[in-house]
Amino acid sequence: MPKSQKSASDSLHLQADVLVLGGGPSAAWAAVAAAESGAKVVLADKGYLGTSGATAPSNTGTWCVPPGDNRHAVVERRWQRTGELADPRWMLRCVDTAYRNLLRLSEWGYPFPSEDDGRLYIANLRGPDYMRFMRRRVLLAGVTVLDHHPALELLSDDDAIVGAAGVARQVGQDWRVDANAVVLATGGCAFRERILGATGLTGDGYLMAAEAGASLSGMEFTGKYTLAPYGSSLNKGLPFRWASFHREDGSPILGPTGEPLRNGIGDREEEVARALIDGPVYARLDQAEPALQGWLRQGQPNCFVPYDRAGIDPFSELFRITLRAEGTVRGTGGIEIVSDDCATGVPGLYVAGDAASREIMTGAVSGGGAVNSSWALASGWWAGKGASTHAKRRNGKAFRSAAQSLGQAGLRPAATPRADISAGEIIEAVRSEVTPLDKNFFRSGESLEKSSERLESVWRDVRDHLQGEGVERVRTREAASIAAAGRWSVAAALHRTESRGMHRRTDLPGRSPVFAHRLVITGVDAFRIAGAPERLAELAS
Amino acid sequence: MIEIVSATRCVQCDICVKVCPANVFDATDNGVPVIARQEDCQTCFLCEIYCPTDALYVAEFAEGPTGITEAEADARQLFGSYARALGWKRGKAGGSEFDPTHRIRVAQ
Ligand SMILES: Cc1cc2nc3c(=O)[nH]c(=O)nc-3n(C[C@H](O)[C@H](O)[C@H](O)COP(=O)(O)OP(=O)(O)OC[C@H]3O[C@@H](n4cnc5c(N)ncnc54)[C@H](O)[C@@H]3O)c2cc1C
Ligand code: SF4
Ligand code: SF4
Repeated sequence: MPKSQKSASDSLHLQADVLVLGGGPSAAWAAVAAAESGAKVVLADKGYLGTSGATAPSNTGTWCVPPGDNRHAVVERRWQRTGELADPRWMLRCVDTAYRNLLRLSEWGYPFPSEDDGRLYIANLRGPDYMRFMRRRVLLAGVTVLDHHPALELLSDDDAIVGAAGVARQVGQDWRVDANAVVLATGGCAFRERILGATGLTGDGYLMAAEAGASLSGMEFTGKYTLAPYGSSLNKGLPFRWASFHREDGSPILGPTGEPLRNGIGDREEEVARALIDGPVYARLDQAEPALQGWLRQGQPNCFVPYDRAGIDPFSELFRITLRAEGTVRGTGGIEIVSDDCATGVPGLYVAGDAASREIMTGAVSGGGAVNSSWALASGWWAGKGASTHAKRRNGKAFRSAAQSLGQAGLRPAATPRADISAGEIIEAVRSEVTPLDKNFFRSGESLEKSSERLESVWRDVRDHLQGEGVERVRTREAASIAAAGRWSVAAALHRTESRGMHRRTDLPGRSPVFAHRLVITGVDAFRIAGAPERLAELAS
Repeated sequence: MIEIVSATRCVQCDICVKVCPANVFDATDNGVPVIARQEDCQTCFLCEIYCPTDALYVAEFAEGPTGITEAEADARQLFGSYARALGWKRGKAGGSEFDPTHRIRVAQ
């Protein structure tokens, strides 16, 4: 157990080798990996380890590739779909590590289902069960778990990251953990869209990392939306694989070949998006055979909760649908990784899961549906190992009590705080630029310019005047993180003067070979955008 | 959104206060928990399945309350319905070994 002491201000103060921030799968795997290497680990989550994050309420298919030579071909096929931005070397090492961890789960006794021949089917993890199971493994590994302890900022001793501070929101008490290394596993930024698991996914880790000097990449790839029954939180596309789609007047929505659309997922979201910009759209899951209907109901029970509670039979009746914005959760942007151990380039700071850019894994297309959960399994493991190795190297260095608090926007405004600037209004202002289909699913230079201007003005308010007290700081910090993420996303989208994957520029359709590289953003208030190759040269020098 | 804490079913164990990832509930001194921050609810239905007595009801609409009453949810047997669909019982996990999702993936 880490040492606990109450300081004068009655705040919780712990010391650890490795501090993991987050409570989703990548945080859990990072904590287990670090603890297995002998590190003293503290895990602090905004929510509750077991229910928080994007996986817990969902049912995640993994990218499960068994060992063997065939892996190379599988990776190559998937790479073809990534808009040339992924890195096959990372993809290969990810499937290998993810597979090992799926086997670990089965050795630990996770109740996987069986295939007809009796073999365990390990390629799918049911969210509530998986995350409850991971909580137990984390506790068994001796990790100190702090639920409802959102982190507000990182701490630095000028050379390295040496911990983080936040607030225990159920008791209203500040906390601080001094640590030799920190893993950011804080998930993506869903821009406060009401999708499964997204309340806590406000991009806090991006802002904390950027304040520490880390870079971001892939932030322009936030154009991923998923179908859901209208007004519901169920952003799960799978059932819409077997559906028909209709406008208000009953006319069918047509696919690219002029035939009525019978599969609304993947690239076909485009036709639905176009129709939704024009008016309400309705669907019916009428392409699913009776056997499939049963499997869908039993295998994806939460997809049917909205219908059952609203009293609708989705297989025979039309119901209204929507496309939910998913920001970087099913997009790909995040903190840039600079080495195999998931280091960020800032000494002592590691990153895993959706908090990291998944561009190296999935490029310009979404990693939802398989890649992202394998990435959480693998990157969590590497980040946990990386952080504990770093911690061991630093061991012996006394914690400097004079550690600097790095948090700025939403915590320590640059000018006089103003009570009339609220977190809620800031978030609404950002949402109106980064979630509407006609601004963010379909993009254009002109509209992005306008969004950029508005977001700059929102950002100035945040930077100069937004401040909270006590537990309210969680909300002001979330608003600041959402504003920063929105601003980076729009800036990168403007910079990428082409279309690629989920970045759809109506004014610039088609890929440009000049942009077959990643865009890396560095800086918070004043930031710059560079191509990944330049950034690598910079790191090498 | 979370809409109902059934006082007749609730045994005041405060599990929902602990497990709700959005910190929606507040414990009370000698009563059932209250829905203190309904607006923060992410409509994930997880509190329902962790509740040992099926005392919670989360309506399907995520943007605001629907106003459904306990009597209606009860009459339509909606309390605990998501837990039953998963195979969870009395707040304990179960049923993932029967998940037929692999068949859906093949069909896909
Ligand atoms: C509906 C849905 C279905 C999906 N289905 C699939 C699928 O089938 N296949 C697939 O590959 N992927 C899928 N995904 C994506 C997958 O769920 C994510 O990639 C995965 O959850 C990422 O894990 P993570 O641990 O990095 O982040 P998350 O699981 O999102 O967890 C992030 C954690 O960080 C915590 N946190 C945030 N801010 C702070 C802070 N300031 N301080 C402390 N903690 C903080 C949160 O509380 C949360 O616990 C799906 C996503 C959704 C939304
Ligand atoms: S979990 Fe259920 S029984 Fe326990 S306090 Fe909450 S509502 Fe009551
Ligand atoms: S549905 Fe989810 S977010 Fe809402 S109260 Fe229940 S556990 Fe909390």
